[in-house]
Amino acid sequence: MIVALAATAIVVLALLWEISMPYLERRSEERRLRKERRARAAQDPPGYDPGRERRAEQRARELLKSCVNEEEWAMYRDLGFLRVWGGQSQADGPSELRGIDYAYLVYPHKPILAYLPQTGRLLNEYCVEFPDETRPYGSKRLPDSDDVLAKWMALKGDERRIIAEANLHLPGRQHDPRQIERDLWRLGRWERERLARASRSGTTREAEPADG
Amino acid sequence: MKFLRMRPGFGEQLIAEGDPGVAEEEQALIEEFRRQLDQGMWAAVPTTSTGGRREAEMVRGFDEIPRDTDRVIFFPRAAGGAR
Repeated sequence: MIVALAATAIVVLALLWEISMPYLERRSEERRLRKERRARAAQDPPGYDPGRERRAEQRARELLKSCVNEEEWAMYRDLGFLRVWGGQSQADGPSELRGIDYAYLVYPHKPILAYLPQTGRLLNEYCVEFPDETRPYGSKRLPDSDDVLAKWMALKGDERRIIAEANLHLPGRQHDPRQIERDLWRLGRWERERLARASRSGTTREAEPADG
Repeated sequence: MKFLRMRPGFGEQLIAEGDPGVAEEEQALIEEFRRQLDQGMWAAVPTTSTGGRREAEMVRGFDEIPRDTDRVIFFPRAAGGAR
């Protein structure tokens, strides 16, 4: 009897854990974003107008949405970052990358992070900015989504050039490896859920790949 | 064809618009393109491949812009992160 009750309790706990995980994750993500916003606000130049920045970010999001694939847009909207497949693995790429599938994680105003999707191994951080020295409102920072779009276009259009311009660091310099590990886990789950939704909806067409 | 420029505090701004098929408008676009590159901007053209996949091309000269494109996006050239 006790064993049966204990087993039932374990099952109930496991189910509760499974149900509450997305909620807890969301809360944790919101806390992290609030913390980042506060830290950023502390560095804001004089004349900073949050309303103007929000409107600018809204326009930037629309532009990003109009340029990237539907799946990439959904990824950015839901997870806050984009994955861009590396383009140097083809036969004409550098010998050290030939045949190796690698990808980049693109976050707003953070280094581009190269990693191996098959193993989750982090390769390098490429620290790169797009500073507008005209500083129309005192800041040289593009809106978040413009920064992501600039990185996406540069990686898609001339990967070698953007990587050559960046400062190369080992993983962990600016990105927290634990956060990245978590983001990769979130990305994997997001993709599985997306696939499951697509198959449930009975669509026969395959989900359009983000790229690569 | 529209020229858009990313600006801090703005999002994108329309900086020029014209029909490259019309000589005068093409000349104005060429001049604006050069002006933006002289100011240190990079230029990219969002494209859609035959399979429907979205891509982007970096262009360094006006003649590299695909004739059928409807927009060119300018953004500040990349610089190695300060930190």
